[in-house]
Amino acid sequence: MSVESKGFAGSLSAGPPVRHSRISGIGGYRPKRIVPNSELVEAIDSSDEWIRERSGIIERRFAGPDEGVIDMSAWAAEPALEMAGISGDQLDAVILGTVSWPYQTPAAAPLLAERFGSKGAAFDISAACAGYCHGLALASDMVRTGQAEHVLIVGVERLSDFTDPTDRGTAFIFGDGAGAAVVSASDTVGIGPTVWGSDGAQWEAISQRESWIDVHQQGLGWPTIGMAGQTVFRWAVWGMAPVAQRALEAAGITADQLDAFIPHQANVRIIDAMIKQLKLPADIPVARDIAYTGNTSAASIPLAMERMIRHGEIPRGGLALQIGFGAGLAYAAQVVVIP
Amino acid sequence: MAHSEQEILDGLAEIVNLEAGNDVEDVQLDKSFTDDLDIDSLSMMTIVVEAEEKFGVKIPDDEVKNLKTVRDAVNFIQKNQG
Repeated sequence: MSVESKGFAGSLSAGPPVRHSRISGIGGYRPKRIVPNSELVEAIDSSDEWIRERSGIIERRFAGPDEGVIDMSAWAAEPALEMAGISGDQLDAVILGTVSWPYQTPAAAPLLAERFGSKGAAFDISAACAGYCHGLALASDMVRTGQAEHVLIVGVERLSDFTDPTDRGTAFIFGDGAGAAVVSASDTVGIGPTVWGSDGAQWEAISQRESWIDVHQQGLGWPTIGMAGQTVFRWAVWGMAPVAQRALEAAGITADQLDAFIPHQANVRIIDAMIKQLKLPADIPVARDIAYTGNTSAASIPLAMERMIRHGEIPRGGLALQIGFGAGLAYAAQVVVIP
Repeated sequence: MAHSEQEILDGLAEIVNLEAGNDVEDVQLDKSFTDDLDIDSLSMMTIVVEAEEKFGVKIPDDEVKNLKTVRDAVNFIQKNQG
């Protein structure tokens, strides 16, 4: 039996017309404790030289007990809000990208919003190392469609909580930290179209080793994150360089017009190989924050951008190509105007 | 057209030379990629992708760990080339 509608003949209100968006503020927080390679080598029978050769990492930061996911997010967001010239209670939405918030529910974002006195929409997204670029895409569209005036996007990780210190494939890779951006309305285009996608067939290439159910029912120990390094390397370099190229094309620019290339800080070897595949002109500054921060997953791109701005390596108002890629497998890339 | 063993060896030697800097003449059939040529896992993956393009073969990720010597790689490519 079918039911008939009431036959509303008008048009639903779609809200204000589409406008432009931009990153109006950026900030980062790096945990206090610096962990040099020498602190990790014994457990993986390795050396400082071996780690540097394979990853480009010299040191990373591990968060302490007083540097929780919400704390680090707030400390990264404060300078971003200041740069944007707004207060936290003006945020209409808070989007938080993370894989290391240790509660299955609720999400971390509402707690962060509460810190700032915002009662706006607040939710987490799980897109791992691509989380920040996914969040930025959502934030941009929320602002463009008039759904929000100001959106905070945070990438934050305490990966040290989920890393096996004896795993030679990951122990020296991951670090902790938070990066944040505020997205606001703009008269000009400040965030280009996002090129994104996933490949769930390769979900095991980077994953928590056991499900929470298995941990519980089989009495397993604390689960950690495993990674098939060679598989990820192949996908990241030869799979992601064309995605980065498509993001340039979607924004209507060519590589020589870039003022910065800020890929996810996964591994210097991936970054170098990606530059080669992209045929990126040699004079374009490339983020290499990984040397001192390690791979901080969702936090890596805003942390790297924040460092490059602070050190005067890239011009404010210039164009940056950013690409996040990781567990899922999932990826997202876009060209943005540097705030 | 199928490549001969010698052609594959020569092509691989060029790829290894470009990626890792080893002398072409050092890339011999009985050499171990890891122990003799000092090629790490990520460089190995680059060599694999370059070899795939050069010889028109597909070398699955799971297979890469079985390619311990240059001979293993040459044999795999010869057997699976298009």
